[in-house]
Amino acid sequence: MLDSRIPDGPLEDKWQKYKAHAQLINPANRRNYKIIVVGTGLAGASSAASLAELGFQVEVFTFHDSARRAHSVAAQGGVNAAKDYKNDGDSVWRMFYDTLKGGDFRAREANVYRLAECSMALIDQAVAQGVPFAREYSGYLSNRSFGGVQVSRTFYARGQTGQQLLLGAYQALMRQNAGSNLTLHTRHEMLDVITLNGEAKGVTIRNLDTGELTSHHCDALLLATGGYGKIYYLSTLAMNCNATAIWRAHRKGAFMAAPSWTQFHPTSLPQLGDYQSKLTLMSESLRNDGRIWVPKLVNEKRAPKDIPEAERDYYLERRYPSFGNLAPRDISSRAAKERIDAGHGVGPMKNAVYLDFKDALNRDGQPAIAQRYGNLFDMYQKITGMNAYKEPMMIAPAAHFSMGGLWVDYRLMSNLPGLFVLGEANFSDHGANRLGANSLLQSCVDGYFIAPSTVMDYLAEVGSAKSKKDATWEAAAALSKAEVSKRLEHLLKIKGNTTAEEFHKELGQILYVKCGLSRNQTDMEAAREALLALQKRFQKELLIPGNASEINFELEKAVRVEDYLEMAILIVEDALQRKESCGAHFRQEYQTEDGEALRNDEDFKYVSAWEYKGDNQYALHKEHLNFEFVELKSRSYK
Amino acid sequence: MKLELHIWRQAGPNIKGYFEGHTLDDLDEHMSVPEMLDHLNTKIIKSGGNPVAFESDCREGICGQCGFVINGDVHSPNKGTTTCQTHLRSFQDGQTLYLEPFRAGAFPIKKDLVIDRSAFDRIIQAGGYIGVNTGQAAEANTLLINHELAEKAFDAAACIGCGACVATCKNASAMLFTSAKVNHLSMLPQGKPEASNRVKNMVAQMDMEGFGSCSATGACEVVCPQGITMTNIAEMNSRWLWQNLK
Repeated sequence: MLDSRIPDGPLEDKWQKYKAHAQLINPANRRNYKIIVVGTGLAGASSAASLAELGFQVEVFTFHDSARRAHSVAAQGGVNAAKDYKNDGDSVWRMFYDTLKGGDFRAREANVYRLAECSMALIDQAVAQGVPFAREYSGYLSNRSFGGVQVSRTFYARGQTGQQLLLGAYQALMRQNAGSNLTLHTRHEMLDVITLNGEAKGVTIRNLDTGELTSHHCDALLLATGGYGKIYYLSTLAMNCNATAIWRAHRKGAFMAAPSWTQFHPTSLPQLGDYQSKLTLMSESLRNDGRIWVPKLVNEKRAPKDIPEAERDYYLERRYPSFGNLAPRDISSRAAKERIDAGHGVGPMKNAVYLDFKDALNRDGQPAIAQRYGNLFDMYQKITGMNAYKEPMMIAPAAHFSMGGLWVDYRLMSNLPGLFVLGEANFSDHGANRLGANSLLQSCVDGYFIAPSTVMDYLAEVGSAKSKKDATWEAAAALSKAEVSKRLEHLLKIKGNTTAEEFHKELGQILYVKCGLSRNQTDMEAAREALLALQKRFQKELLIPGNASEINFELEKAVRVEDYLEMAILIVEDALQRKESCGAHFRQEYQTEDGEALRNDEDFKYVSAWEYKGDNQYALHKEHLNFEFVELKSRSYK
Repeated sequence: MKLELHIWRQAGPNIKGYFEGHTLDDLDEHMSVPEMLDHLNTKIIKSGGNPVAFESDCREGICGQCGFVINGDVHSPNKGTTTCQTHLRSFQDGQTLYLEPFRAGAFPIKKDLVIDRSAFDRIIQAGGYIGVNTGQAAEANTLLINHELAEKAFDAAACIGCGACVATCKNASAMLFTSAKVNHLSMLPQGKPEASNRVKNMVAQMDMEGFGSCSATGACEVVCPQGITMTNIAEMNSRWLWQNLK
């Protein structure tokens, strides 16, 4: 049933072969096809601009007030590419292998290889757009190293690489918006997919300034709406990041793949109090020069500078001598949690570990460190009031990236024909754990290079005859609009005594404790009961002020939290069925004697893809992963 | 911690606004300003009131979504800091705070503290890009850009589009915003072919949006969260002049 449509042939020829055989549409006919893109982050803006450049009619929707605000903007550290500018043994194959291994062999070989293969062109494209990547004094591009690899393949623009790449894509989008092929609608949120005979044929959109609902017809729909890590409430994501677009598509038949695979980033700032709304990320690049440690003594009271070397536990260097402080994210986060749970945590809530630059400062001097990480040290000081040149930073793991998302085939099309899913919103390339600096890459590669080819192939395949905006479509659109309207009215009418945000915090707490960095069956079964009860309370006790025909941020939040509540139950379901540990999914029942993840390739070498059945019921489909080109190995960074 | 708040309330673009008073005495000094408003709004909603509309997304100072005027300071009493990165420890216990939206003719107020900054998008749309289609790019290292130039381009490119420069300017000028983008792109070799049209079109759009002129007071660079400097304005003026002399 799930056909991943991977082209035959040698790994290194698959994408070239696909492109060579993909069907084309005559340039003059492209304007007859209408494509809707939802989301203006890296994947959304880059795909929309690229498709408009080809001559398609593109309509773009974002809930932000400007396309430049999407959360891609906040990615700090960098973007990977197998350029091998360092002559340190990098290659497309090595990048493919690092990524596949980093994802604990739970991704498709063909997709991962394509990601590595297209990485070089992305750097070329970004440089041409004016992205000011770091340069050597000679004028050549500079690279640094990131977690989970032993080469330097990360390109960066100080600590603001995501911002600079996003501005490049945003500017390309605005350039098209000035032309006749593309129209951008800001402050418009997608609340439903319009389907016709099981195909995606449009969207129902709410104007967030006026509340007006409108129906929009399309021949292909691209969702590039980002990840759902914010479901944990405290996360590194922006306040408005949500799963509503992909969840609504899921309810219309699109399968949700591996929703329980959420990465916890090891270098976030720790929670300081109950009022807190987000956890700020400090770039993983800091681990190039910072050493992570906790006091050996439980309940240590001394200031870090007063703790002698012999009484410090550099636990990553101790447990993973060959990768040390650059061990992959899932492993670093779990190792931190293990030390914190064992009573070695530092800071006022004993929920953090030290990231210490003392040795690097002594070795390279403050000016060199300031040039590499100056803005990160400034940001740390702004948030915490502490000076990291003088004392170690305090960091902790935080919910960060969704490896899971809507299921897509090699063409990035979901099981609903016509519905493409790009960037973090899909599940595809990262397996059960994403390597640092691969998310900017995947969003860009999906948007600039893959979707333009595969969407055109799909449109040529169906032809323009199938895309009529006829009476049947109008009826489907009217039904969708009526459903959305009814849903909003219903939420407004509950008039209980609890805000959407309060529900979100409760949801996040349940999920973090019982289905977070590590999971077990007993806790998750308790989580399921607690979530079902919370969902019932939400429907009785939600309180939204105001009405649906004005700017109403509380209504926007409530819609997203309602979807998060439903999704959380599926997340627990997904984590329960996977009786193995892999990547970010660590089941306490399945670990080795020294506490490492124990994968079970015999029974779980598949990606789960869930079909929505209504009333918190789901059917599990499995996409079995075939490894033809690499040998499955137990993942070791020791 | 206790604060006495006076917050600008305005139901819509053409409706008269006013300050509404609230006293909060259960605050934590480590709360950020948006977190304080979250806390206030929860109280307002639970008592049947109408919460304060405000925007803030990333809450780490990079998306450019947030920004109010606090006791006359654009964004924050702390230099070069966004509102979301401003914590209550920046204020005195018991202090009175007046919270207002960024005010400029070209940034109409939509509701309470929410403003419309789409004029910035239209300035970018007028020429704030390099006209390269996907696929046209040459191998990245065939174009050498010396370290100093790359750093200088980054300094200008770091703008987050928050509008603080406009809000603090007595003329509500958008010269810092516009010049940062003009210079970022035009100083790089990739951006040179379009440089003269870029400066002409972006400045024309800026004027059309109703932003004021620059009288070089330098207030803008003081509040810029990314530390973008006024020298950008001088550099853009020179580009604009040469373009017009041609």
